[in-house]
Parts: sequence; C-alpha cells; structure tokens
Amino acid sequence: MIIEARELSRSYGNTPALREANLAVRAGEILAVMGPSGSGKSTLLHCLAGIFTPDSGEVWFRGRRLDTMSDARRTELRRTSFGFVFQFGQLVPELTVADNVALPMLLGRTRRRDAYRRAGEWLERLGLAELGGRRTGELSGGQAQRVAIARALVTGPRVLFADEPTGALDSLTGEHVMELLVGLAREEGTTVIVVTHDARVAAYADREVIVRDGRVTDPFAGQVAR
Amino acid sequence: MSVPLALLGLLEREPSHGYDLKRDYDTFFGRGKPLPFGQVYSTLGRLARDGKVTAGQSEPGDGPDRKRYAITPLGTREVEAWLAEPVAAEPYLQTVLFTKVVLALMLGRDAAGYLDLQRATHLRRMREFTQIKQNGSLTDALLADHGMFHLEADLRWIDVTQARLGALAAMVRNS
Repeated sequence: MIIEARELSRSYGNTPALREANLAVRAGEILAVMGPSGSGKSTLLHCLAGIFTPDSGEVWFRGRRLDTMSDARRTELRRTSFGFVFQFGQLVPELTVADNVALPMLLGRTRRRDAYRRAGEWLERLGLAELGGRRTGELSGGQAQRVAIARALVTGPRVLFADEPTGALDSLTGEHVMELLVGLAREEGTTVIVVTHDARVAAYADREVIVRDGRVTDPFAGQVAR
Repeated sequence: MSVPLALLGLLEREPSHGYDLKRDYDTFFGRGKPLPFGQVYSTLGRLARDGKVTAGQSEPGDGPDRKRYAITPLGTREVEAWLAEPVAAEPYLQTVLFTKVVLALMLGRDAAGYLDLQRATHLRRMREFTQIKQNGSLTDALLADHGMFHLEADLRWIDVTQARLGALAAMVRNS
C-alpha cells in the first residue's frame, strides 16, 4: 500500500466529519471516493494529503507516519510527492500558463531554466504548448484544468489528489480532462485518489469506495454482486 | 429495436440487396448480435407483401437472394412517422430495484448495503462503457454514452433513495 488511513476521526466543532475511517490504496491505483455532500469525502482527502491533521487515527505514506510529521516536513512532502487538482481556483491568475506549471519546481530547488523546460514539455503533452504565454485568467475551464493537471504532475508526484476535478466543466470537456488525467497518471505510474459525486468520473477509476456519515465502505469487499 | 423499420430506413438511403442490408444493420445496430440472414429475407418478404418495399428481378450470381430491394412511398412515410415519434419513457428501475429495496426494509434486511452493491455493479458497467468509449469507434462511443446516461439515471435514483431510506423504512413499517 502506498497510502493508508487507519481509524481516522476528525470533527468540525461538534460535528464529526470522519468517524474511524479506514482506507488503503495500492501504488499505481486509481481510486474514486464517492458519497453524498457532507459525507466527509473531502475531509478524508485532505487528511490523506496531510493538509488536515486528524483528531485521532493514523495516516501512513510509503511506510512513514504522515499525521505526526512536523508542518515543515509535511509541506515538503506535499511539494515533492503529492500533486493536487481541485475544481477551480488553483491557478495564479496574474501568472502565465508556463509560470503556473513551473511554479512548484521554482518553489523547490529546480533551476529556472530546467523548470521552464519541463513545464514546456508537460504543456505539450497536454496539448497546451501554444498557450504558455497566456495568463490563466484568459483560459476556458477545460484549458485551465489541463494546466492544473500539468502543474500537478510536473514534479513527478507519487500520489495525485483530485477533488471534483471536472465539477465546473460540461460533460464532454470533463471527459476529455479525465482521459488526460487518468492516461497521464497511468503512463507515469502515479496513484490517483479522486473525490467525485459524478459516476462518469468514477468510471475512469479502477475501483470506488463510498464515504457515508464519515465512514468508508467498499461495496464489493466480501460480497459478490448478483 | 424494430428490425423492419431499421431495414426500411436503410433502404430509404439507397436500394440494396439483402446481404448488404444485413451487413449495414450489423455494423450500425447489431452490437454483437448479428441479424440472421433468415430474418432479413423473411422481413423483406413481409415488407414487400405490405407494399413498403419492392423486390427487383433476381440477378445472376451466387448466394440465396440476388434481388435488389427498394423502398416505396408507403415505406418512406412509415419511416418518416417512426423517426418523428418519441420512444415511450419507461421507468426502467422501478419494478426491480424499488421492489428489492421495499422488500429488504419490510423484511429487516440490509437495504443500504443492497443499494451500495447495486451502485458498485452499475459503476462496474459504466467502467466497461468508458473502456469502449476510449477504444472504440465514434458509433461505439455514442452507443456507450446512451448506456451510461441510463445507468447514471439509475445511480441518481439509488443516491436519492439511499438518502430517503429512513423515511421509506418508517413508511414501510407503518403501512
């Protein structure tokens, strides 16, 4: 297992969002996390990614305990080992497309020239080579999500976390974005954990789990569909 | 799928032999269930009897039937009417899934678990359709889309029912 949640609980005030949730994800797997609004699926994603600290329980990433790491260490891990794609609002509108994709590398210790070369390569893979000089505010929703995918994958992350990545797109554009995201992740061997309420998005995954009332269920675990 | 109307539609495009009609039917509508030759010729025979197609003279050559069939004005009107008529919107799920959920609640069984399993089964089928869309032709993709949208409707019903399971259980117990 590349990433694992053990008995995770997390509350917002008196409202529990996760209740002893368990989840184990294999390396290279593409997993859909589904469930109704407010079920705790985004909280689970944020805990797995080290953005939130659980109230109790453990998060393990490649044999290391994530939830007890220092903030600095977790930030470093998120920058080097994790990629993120959200529904919208993740790109810096004042920067160009190429700047946005190069940004995670520039924040690290990659040389500027190398960062922009790699950004250019990824933009080409996503069919965005001609948009490198545009500001992200000028892009369509589908183009912006493709830039976000490039930025998420440019550092070669082990795990890509996606939270409703096609939520703001029409069906066809959403499908195109998912095909790119899943196709590139498989080529790179990147594990993908995608939170979605959309069955068409979940259909790109290898399997799905359902979060309901803060607990994770795998419908096929121990059962055979008839 | 109405085979006679599909064949009539293909004939409206251009006059054809039975063999060509079968090939086109299988390509566009067969989806792994090819039309038997016998059914093609018996259907064409009935359409000719009813005045919707005409059969030309037998042409020399191999094969069981070398007649070229052409659509008549009556056949064309029938195709036109059929294409303009919407298909009845059927509540596909109501009978089976609804019955299972109500019975599960009535019998104190795990209705939520059943719905989870049904959702997973639907998603598994959607995954197969997604593969077809990624690897197949545009025709395959469009047919897969049709299947996926129906499954999606089922899935929405499953989600809504799951959210109302408590109220439904109370209603079932009190009735």
